[in-house]
Amino acid sequence: MCLAVPGKVMEIFERDGTRMAYVDFGGVRKEACLEYVPDMQAGDYAIVHVGFALQRLDEATALATLRLFRELGELDLEFGDHWGRAAEDAGLPRPAGTEQKGDLS
Amino acid sequence: MKYLTEFSDPALAKRLLDDIHQAATRPWAIMEVCGGQTHSIIRHGLDQLLPAGIELIHGPGCPVCVTPLETIDKAHQIAARPDVIFCSFGDMLRVPGSDTDLFQVKSAGGDVRVVYSPMDALTIAQRNPSRPVVFFGIGFETTAPPNAMTVYQAKKLGIDNFSLLVSHVRVPPAIDAIMSSPTCRVQAFLAAGHVCTVMGTGEYPALAARHRVPIVVTGFEPLDILEGIRRTVRQLEAGRHEVENAYPRAVRNEGNPAALAMLRDVFEVVDRPWRGIGTIPGSGWRLSDEYREYDAEHRFAVADLRVSESDACRSGEVLQGLIKPHQCEAFGQQCTPRSPLGATMVSSEGACAAYYLYRRLEVPAQAPRAQVTSVG
Repeated sequence: MCLAVPGKVMEIFERDGTRMAYVDFGGVRKEACLEYVPDMQAGDYAIVHVGFALQRLDEATALATLRLFRELGELDLEFGDHWGRAAEDAGLPRPAGTEQKGDLS
Repeated sequence: MKYLTEFSDPALAKRLLDDIHQAATRPWAIMEVCGGQTHSIIRHGLDQLLPAGIELIHGPGCPVCVTPLETIDKAHQIAARPDVIFCSFGDMLRVPGSDTDLFQVKSAGGDVRVVYSPMDALTIAQRNPSRPVVFFGIGFETTAPPNAMTVYQAKKLGIDNFSLLVSHVRVPPAIDAIMSSPTCRVQAFLAAGHVCTVMGTGEYPALAARHRVPIVVTGFEPLDILEGIRRTVRQLEAGRHEVENAYPRAVRNEGNPAALAMLRDVFEVVDRPWRGIGTIPGSGWRLSDEYREYDAEHRFAVADLRVSESDACRSGEVLQGLIKPHQCEAFGQQCTPRSPLGATMVSSEGACAAYYLYRRLEVPAQAPRAQVTSVG
């Protein structure tokens, strides 16, 4: 959770008056809020923490960090199946209703 | 022992290590504040590549680990209410409270949801206007601006079924408390890089001067950490105690002005208890008066909390750097990731979890039980 992951801003949009973007983290696509780095443009890289861009990064640095995170399994830790991992760690069945990822309904 | 070839730039790693070995003439104890740095150090065996006299003391910078037990218990009570949708980062699922954890609350029928971002919790609140939606807002300065923005949005958009259970903590008061403790062995700090991405470096010169300690803002990758250590050792050997930024690609001295403005608007500084450590003055944030109605602790009366910490768990001493995880008698015996006694064994940033993952087969020197358990 405390990890801040470099991502590439793919597409910028507005929701409820807030500047948002689709951000690509080495193949994982998430929404992120751009309000704290308002001059970000599509194609730029930023450090993103829990869905918020916090600081612009240059491309070479961003790609190097992303490559390292992928090798270390950090991306899976950040974006992966938390319920599945918790169930495995606990040695318990996963709770009902957690099979589907990213349920915002 | 790890090999230099595992670094992304082995030649640079060798240069940094050679420089550290050349510079270090005496033993030094350096605390890395952030749990992410601890994991990187243990995973890559960085401590084992350093001169024998240089000790890395693992600090309290694991937000999951220091969230007070009382707040964890409150979270479990609120999450178990049949009307509530309780949203949390995935790291919190197995953090043990006095009786249960969020994973078991979910298994027992509580509507607990893991979200990537606090804004996802706000979306859930918009889509479920008839149900209270609570987000468990924990974390250091890095996570506070996202949570602040979410509350700001909730108020702006009139999403009144949303509230935040707040347990935010701040690094500088913790450094102050650690340095003021009579048992303190720390002689220098690697400050947490992404905390400074938000906050900048302005809070640190006064601390460095008051306690005469070098503070080097440091990143999380193995080479970043070696560079932070290199600069720290050079300062220590030269008798300097300055603030340096060894992570300039992500940290500007002024921090992130937009995030700082939001923090000032939404939060106010309070004294906050840290799990296993005690109350540290001025070390936390709570929602300011203007946003108080979005505070879950105000909305939900939580009664009959009987907070009970494991007697065997020494995570408080681990978090203060007084012992290493595998010096705890329960480590790897009663306490494992499968049946954790303390939060430090379950968090991906907890020191005990790092030692269990990468060091559990090593036989440690036993540490005496420390008398002092509070730095506050």
